[in-house]
Amino acid sequence: MTTTLEPRAIGRDLARRDGGAKVRGTAVYADETPVADPLFCRIVQATVARGRVTEVDTADASALDGVVAVLTTADAERLASTDDAELAVLQGTGIGFRGQIVAAVLAGTDEVAREAADLVRVTYAEEEHDARLSADRDDLYTPESVNPTYPPDTAEGDMAAAMAEAPVTLDRTYTTPMHHNNPMEPHATTALWEPREGDGGHLTLWDSTQGVHPVRQTVTQIFGLEPEQVRVICPFVGGGFGSKGTPHANVVMAALAARAVPGRPVRLALTRQQMFSLAGYRTPTIQRMQLAAERDGRLRGIAIDVVEQTSRIKEFAEQTGVPTRNMYAAPNRRTTHRLAALDVPVPSWMRAPGECPGMFGPEVAMDELATALGLDPVELRIRNEPEVAPETGKPFSSRNLVACLREGAERFGWAGRDHRPGVRLEDGWWVGTGVAASVYPTMRMPKSTATVTYDGGRYVARIGAADLGTGAWTVLPQIAADALGAPVEDVDVLIGDTDHPEASVAGGSSGTTTWGSALVEAVREFRDKYGDAPQDGDAASGSVKPNPAEEEYVMSAFGAQFAEVRVHTDTGEVRVPRLYGVFAAGRIVNPRLARSQFLGAMTMGLGMALHEQSLLDPRTGHVVNHDLAEYHVPANADVDDLQAHWIDEDDPYVNAMGSKGVGEIGIVGTAAAVANAAWHATGVRLRDLPVTLDRVLPGR
Amino acid sequence: MRPFAYATPPDAREAVLAVAERPDATFLAGGTNLVDHLRLGVAAPGLLVDVTALTSAEIDDLSDGGLRIGAAVRNSDLAADRRVRARYPVLAEALLAGASGQLRNMATTGGNPLQRTRCVYFQDVTTPCNKRAPGSGCAALGGATRNHAVLGASEHCIATHPSDMAVALAALDARVQVLGPDGEREIPFTELHTLPGDTPERDTVLEHGELITAIDVPDLPIATRSRYRKVRDRASYAFALVSVAACLDVAGGEIRDARIALGGVAHKPWRAHRAEEALRGAPATDESYRAAAAAELADARPQEGFDGGNAFKIPLLTGTLVSTLRALAGEETRA
Repeated sequence: MTTTLEPRAIGRDLARRDGGAKVRGTAVYADETPVADPLFCRIVQATVARGRVTEVDTADASALDGVVAVLTTADAERLASTDDAELAVLQGTGIGFRGQIVAAVLAGTDEVAREAADLVRVTYAEEEHDARLSADRDDLYTPESVNPTYPPDTAEGDMAAAMAEAPVTLDRTYTTPMHHNNPMEPHATTALWEPREGDGGHLTLWDSTQGVHPVRQTVTQIFGLEPEQVRVICPFVGGGFGSKGTPHANVVMAALAARAVPGRPVRLALTRQQMFSLAGYRTPTIQRMQLAAERDGRLRGIAIDVVEQTSRIKEFAEQTGVPTRNMYAAPNRRTTHRLAALDVPVPSWMRAPGECPGMFGPEVAMDELATALGLDPVELRIRNEPEVAPETGKPFSSRNLVACLREGAERFGWAGRDHRPGVRLEDGWWVGTGVAASVYPTMRMPKSTATVTYDGGRYVARIGAADLGTGAWTVLPQIAADALGAPVEDVDVLIGDTDHPEASVAGGSSGTTTWGSALVEAVREFRDKYGDAPQDGDAASGSVKPNPAEEEYVMSAFGAQFAEVRVHTDTGEVRVPRLYGVFAAGRIVNPRLARSQFLGAMTMGLGMALHEQSLLDPRTGHVVNHDLAEYHVPANADVDDLQAHWIDEDDPYVNAMGSKGVGEIGIVGTAAAVANAAWHATGVRLRDLPVTLDRVLPGR
Repeated sequence: MRPFAYATPPDAREAVLAVAERPDATFLAGGTNLVDHLRLGVAAPGLLVDVTALTSAEIDDLSDGGLRIGAAVRNSDLAADRRVRARYPVLAEALLAGASGQLRNMATTGGNPLQRTRCVYFQDVTTPCNKRAPGSGCAALGGATRNHAVLGASEHCIATHPSDMAVALAALDARVQVLGPDGEREIPFTELHTLPGDTPERDTVLEHGELITAIDVPDLPIATRSRYRKVRDRASYAFALVSVAACLDVAGGEIRDARIALGGVAHKPWRAHRAEEALRGAPATDESYRAAAAAELADARPQEGFDGGNAFKIPLLTGTLVSTLRALAGEETRA
């Protein structure tokens, strides 16, 4: 048990410190970093999904006025490490997926670079590709682990016997489609390679990233550089959602390009279309759910068998079955993951990997089971609340799913709900309501260090953390201030630069826990050294420590989401007049920013429910709806009343702030709540996302 | 993206001549579609002739009681015009159902009907497309066809026309005023756009160098009771899966007349003459509306696709048409 900070700045509804600069447009993003005389890099992408490049004709491109260089596999620098096939840019002629970078052009203007890129002629020896995922493929395999390091399969008891013997069983398959992150700011880098006498040169990357130190680590490995030779800077990020959590090929390409033109800055920003093949995505998932229940609703068994895809050139195994491991009590259980390695782009993190798709099947299945049993779906979940984590037997550091369900039911007006589907008709719309549960683990990364300096009456902390629009610029000073016992107005925390101490990635909703813990340790060191009356220039540093409580407790945030759905009787159009989320996520460090996180994630969940679907054309292996006109995210008109609430949760085990991550839980369960409400409205059970008008009212 | 020349001739006639004499020249107005195409490589003109300031930005009353809408009138201004809102609500509603506020502030009356299909294969230069590169094939056949045509398509092209405004104008019997190198001519709006046939590279009957200078909507009392109903995959800022522009004249429970056009279903705004014919003299009931839809959709052919295809559009069109006509008849009853 850690000592929880007395909250003075923590818990306050403080405005974003970076808000004014963003509203005024003075916040500088990677691609607009002011640099002298930059070159512009445009990439050329493979138009076949499998095969190899046989010839690259650069004559026309090179001849164009203003073109400085055309990079191909023939002349690009040989990288020190090509172990990561996604990042081995221009290192070989093999094509692993359509959209792979096969050449790049550097020119004095973006327009010339673009024209020259169009003039590069690439010839391929095309091979037959395979980009079609299905559950009945004969080449599905079991990954060694699923993201990040979970075992792929778990089992307890005898699930088959439970299915054979339980009085009520359910065996259904649910699917979620391929999804793309689509942050507003595309992936972009400004890169500068400066040869220097004696020290082998220096690389600066102004990169849009969720972690400057992780980018530096990757880049030093790939280029065989020392950490002090590489500086990565990123004060602001226009969204990432996981797609900027690890550097993708564009970052390596930008560095390669910069090293080809020493002393000259290079800008490389992906287009929206290019992001659909180079910046990661969420795999489609096929989830077979089995539930075996007693007549009173208590589960005798729960199982999820997941089939999903990865790229032939690099494995990423989404942990879709993992949330089922800790969600509901049942003596017999099974989770499995099987992958198809296809000739497709490389999947990666997308908001709440694992939990987000992995709470669709289970939470619709629970709704179906409630219907089969004639039970209130809220009550069914409460009856299956475990006393300890079902797989490990460890207690939860805090678990308030039931409180969220009850609070949500109260706020939503769930009591007295007529559970029959397809019986409420108002003004030409079928009306229904639905519920689903949310869960997201509370994570702490192993490494992060902060320094604290006293200077001119102010405390200045430094840590290489990232604010991808989430609010780190604002909440980290709140934490440091309470650790210091100083007014938050007197505390600055500087982030987004590898010149600051090393920090972990902004991922897994771990940022505030990890960086906040490092800040608390740094302040402890500072106070131990200098007491309460420091002198100018006094400085100390501290690092996040392992949390011994993690050995004893399972730590997760929980939530419940309630949706009201209307389906037009003539057209099947789906609208969501109300979407409420109630969350239990420890102590909320900043209510304004936390609410923004919850609402943003729920909005993404709404997109997953109603719209989002990357259409990978199996004939070509590329996503054809690769822009925001065709890949739909929600518009304001899709939802009226969107609310996020939380319950006061006291968890003394998670960290000194008492906080759990709030970045991702809001997207977990939303789609199931909407799909369940659409069923309640129409009587049509939706087991495949998205819930489009042709699916919700087939034949209408 | 190729470099291009940009010209601002002094008047419309000069602009027409400038485009007519260069096969690689094209007109530029609001640019809301053309600029995308420049970036995507879908269009690579050598000369852009800016006509934004060369045609009327006014809406004038015609002596026959109709309106002449200058080609440079912005979509947002047209939608807000009191005469349009009172006499042609279907047109105002169609405009407001299209695009976003920002785009409507740029898009013009002359340019909107000339926007090109949003077929994802047309917009992706790495895939074959007979409309973009004649003879290269149609990647949409068997591809992602959710947004594609069910009426009037050919084996060479199954694209749909994306404009909402054009659907309303087709229902309103609008007329297009055109200036060409050989002078002026008038084209009925329903004859402006073509079906793909074996020349899908053509969207309209306009010859190279012909410029739309205005669009006339006639005096049409039936249009005072009119609606535009757009059905799409999200509630705003999306192209139509299907849409219906309808004017209905009902008296004593009987339909006296109707004007109907359908969007999202064909290579052109689809004037539904068969449905109109079926409705005239019929009782104002769901049964009649359904029969009208059935008459219009008798030749509809859905497309297969890896995304599930677009067979849903046929029942969806029926539902949308019934819903729209029922609502219009209800208005009549209340009035």
